[in-house]
Amino acid sequence: MSWVANAVAAGARHLAGATVRWLNCRPEERQRVYYANHTSHLDFVVLWSVLPRELRMRTRPVAARDYWQAGIRRRLAVNVFHAILVERRGKSEKDGSHSLGHALDDLLGAMEQGDSLIIFPEGTRGRGDQIAPFKSGIYHLWTRRPDVQFVPVYLANLNRVLPKGEVLPVPFISRVVFGPPLAPAAGRDSETRDSFLREAREALCALQTA
Amino acid sequence: MRFNIDRQMVWLVEGVVAGLIAASLVGFFLAQRARSEQAKATVANLNARIRAWWVMIGIFALALLVGRGGALLLFAFISFLALREYVSLIPTVMADHRTLFWSFFVFTPLQYWIIYRGWYGVASIMIPVYAFLFIPVRLVLSGETAGFLDRAARIHWGLMVCVYCLSYAPALLILDIPGYERQSAKLLLFLVMVAQFSDIFQYIWGKLAGRRKIAPLISPNKTWEGFLGGIACAALLGMGLWWMTPYSPWEALFMALLVGLLGFAGGLIMSSIKRDRGVKDFGSTIEGHGGILDRVDSICFSAPVFFHLTRFIFISTHGRTP
Repeated sequence: MSWVANAVAAGARHLAGATVRWLNCRPEERQRVYYANHTSHLDFVVLWSVLPRELRMRTRPVAARDYWQAGIRRRLAVNVFHAILVERRGKSEKDGSHSLGHALDDLLGAMEQGDSLIIFPEGTRGRGDQIAPFKSGIYHLWTRRPDVQFVPVYLANLNRVLPKGEVLPVPFISRVVFGPPLAPAAGRDSETRDSFLREAREALCALQTA
Repeated sequence: MRFNIDRQMVWLVEGVVAGLIAASLVGFFLAQRARSEQAKATVANLNARIRAWWVMIGIFALALLVGRGGALLLFAFISFLALREYVSLIPTVMADHRTLFWSFFVFTPLQYWIIYRGWYGVASIMIPVYAFLFIPVRLVLSGETAGFLDRAARIHWGLMVCVYCLSYAPALLILDIPGYERQSAKLLLFLVMVAQFSDIFQYIWGKLAGRRKIAPLISPNKTWEGFLGGIACAALLGMGLWWMTPYSPWEALFMALLVGLLGFAGGLIMSSIKRDRGVKDFGSTIEGHGGILDRVDSICFSAPVFFHLTRFIFISTHGRTP
């Protein structure tokens, strides 16, 4: 399926006309968690497609099961992008905390195999102008895997290419900005959940004007 | 429809290739001689531009070789990319989404398809009349009233410049000039060459002799010396190419002068938009040149007038329509 993946990646890259910048960060073959703002269903496809090919093969997007679970979308997500489908909080039936634990196990399991991840810590798609407060999932990954780099990625204009609720895309030129890996001043151990989530979000916001 | 590749066309291609080889050689020697950082940066940009010219001329020649369909397909694609650079730069809102979709995927291909079919009458009113009426209707359906007139005007202006005006350049291919049958590809080449060489001459004159700024608030790099020297050279070039057109040498001089002046105005107008939005180029598609729109703005503003004057002189006065 890798030729399908490359074709889809090239298509998405050209449709979204993505210009890519790496700021104080280089595409390297090491395990990373790329975390990005979420404004469009195209987000993970474009982010994934602008990575160099060798990295792409070892990078798995994390996507919402309720959107990507059926038909062609599922085949694309699972077979082509090797996405990890997780329940979203509030969308699962009764026991939110139970499914959250499951989701975290799925992500950690994928990381055990050495794969990098693409995650959207806002949890849901925003309108594109502001970045919402982060959900706590990214913090749990951060505490469990101290050896992994967390790289903020700002996606601009993708909400204009395919806004919430639209099916047909308009080919705006979009921007993908990779920022320097997270290194909070306090160090990993002494950090509280809230201060980490705040710092991670600020690192992403800082790329908006870059 | 294939074009007649005649002796004149071969001369022209040989001339352009010889010019490019000369430019590449000059660029190579300048790169050896550049000492200061600023000079090195200028020469690097010059060489990037020359390399991009090789690619652009190659693509253009290939499209002409395919014939009318190839040339129209190429210009349709350029319009599409130019419109994309334009709307990415100007503010639009979510409620404009579907109107923009129509602009990109219906109006743009439709305009070029109509020209391909040779329906001059429809092509000349499709965007000024039908898109003009359609855009506000589609925007009304979105239910968003904030900034309504601004939004409608922005989208229509983009279609007019990037699609309608630009499409007049390949529309020259459907002009049926008495005594110049199956040769209209040379008229398109004449327009494109004069417009592009006018930009190049202005750039060279500006770099070599530029002192007095002509529009410091809009485009700080444009000077009176560059403007006058560039336009004069472009006019003389046009006159020197009269043999490939249906014009007399003096008519060719006048047309080339007009193309140079309108192209200069087009460059200033597009610069004003970029200034207003706080950017230098519309994009980074073509190395050294900026975006597609930065390269074709002079053609956008000169092609419609060039087309209509040519049509008026050679067809209307002979009592024929294409």
